[in-house]
Amino acid sequence: MSEEMDMDEGGTVKKFMFVNRKAPYGTIYALEGLEVVLISAAFDQDVSLAFLDDGVYELVKGQNTKAVEMKNFSSTYRALEGYDIEKLYVERESLEARGLSEGDLLVDVQILSAAEMGEMMAAQDVVISF
Amino acid sequence: MLHIINKSPFENNSLLSCLRVASAAKGHAILFIEDGVYGVMQGTAVEKSVRDAMANMAVYALNPDLEARGVQGRVMDGVKLVDYDGFVDLVAEHDNVQSWL
Amino acid sequence: MALEVNGKTYETDEEGFLLNLNDWNEDVAKALAQGENIDMTENHWEVINFLREYYNEYQIAPAVRVLTKAIGKKLGPEKGNSKYLYDLFPFGPGKQACKIAGLPKPTGCI
Repeated sequence: MSEEMDMDEGGTVKKFMFVNRKAPYGTIYALEGLEVVLISAAFDQDVSLAFLDDGVYELVKGQNTKAVEMKNFSSTYRALEGYDIEKLYVERESLEARGLSEGDLLVDVQILSAAEMGEMMAAQDVVISF
Repeated sequence: MLHIINKSPFENNSLLSCLRVASAAKGHAILFIEDGVYGVMQGTAVEKSVRDAMANMAVYALNPDLEARGVQGRVMDGVKLVDYDGFVDLVAEHDNVQSWL
Repeated sequence: MALEVNGKTYETDEEGFLLNLNDWNEDVAKALAQGENIDMTENHWEVINFLREYYNEYQIAPAVRVLTKAIGKKLGPEKGNSKYLYDLFPFGPGKQACKIAGLPKPTGCI
């Protein structure tokens, strides 16, 4: 990304969208993406998260990683509100293709159609994929 | 918005997800690079999806990557070929870019 | 690096953060506080316990701004402000309090 970020006090606020498209434990993408989101919160930007494809599995309720001895970072999505990150968008088609619905998710999200998601992405200053 | 696809459509679902999201909205374009260029060949299982999307969005492919893979003669009609300078122009022309992984 | 408490050795990283979350107990916390030149009072313990609860619930150590806001919500505005927290932990509530609480360094804390 070659976007110049103005992080001075009173600097420009840009719209950042982090796109999550990977399931949580098979690869490191989801966890790394979440860490970047938490760090981005320190810069007072307009941050949103999009969940598409296997990324919707990141938000499924009832994850328990005890036996696989990995960190269960699903609880961390519930901390995002405290970081003033409240725009979580989930693509309806991805949810439905996986037999999931809004009630299966562990945080409040806004469900968007594919077209609405496309519009939301186009309206960003910076889009970063994980 | 410019979408960049760099993976073969037979390796993962980035292309189909990108088309689903981008072709339904207005003002999107897509550029195929690296292994992504297999997505603009004729006669593949994704040809129809790409062709349908073309009705709504501009489709580009990076010619050096097509040549490297020996498939430059099998590109679908309507796909605009660009070189590296053209790649840079496309990025500069669009308000934002999304690189699909 | 390592920390010795009551004849037991606990592994830490190069900045003195405990490597294993489960190694933590009150004596370890006191030893970690001593390393930071902090005399633990009720008010210190209140923040430390809050941090451990926060970590249990969310699996991260909160950023200072988030910690301040959350403390204010739970313990009242006279405690949910930077001055109060920095008086308790002069080198930064993020770094010092998290260390004493046996948590990893907060994400984004440089």
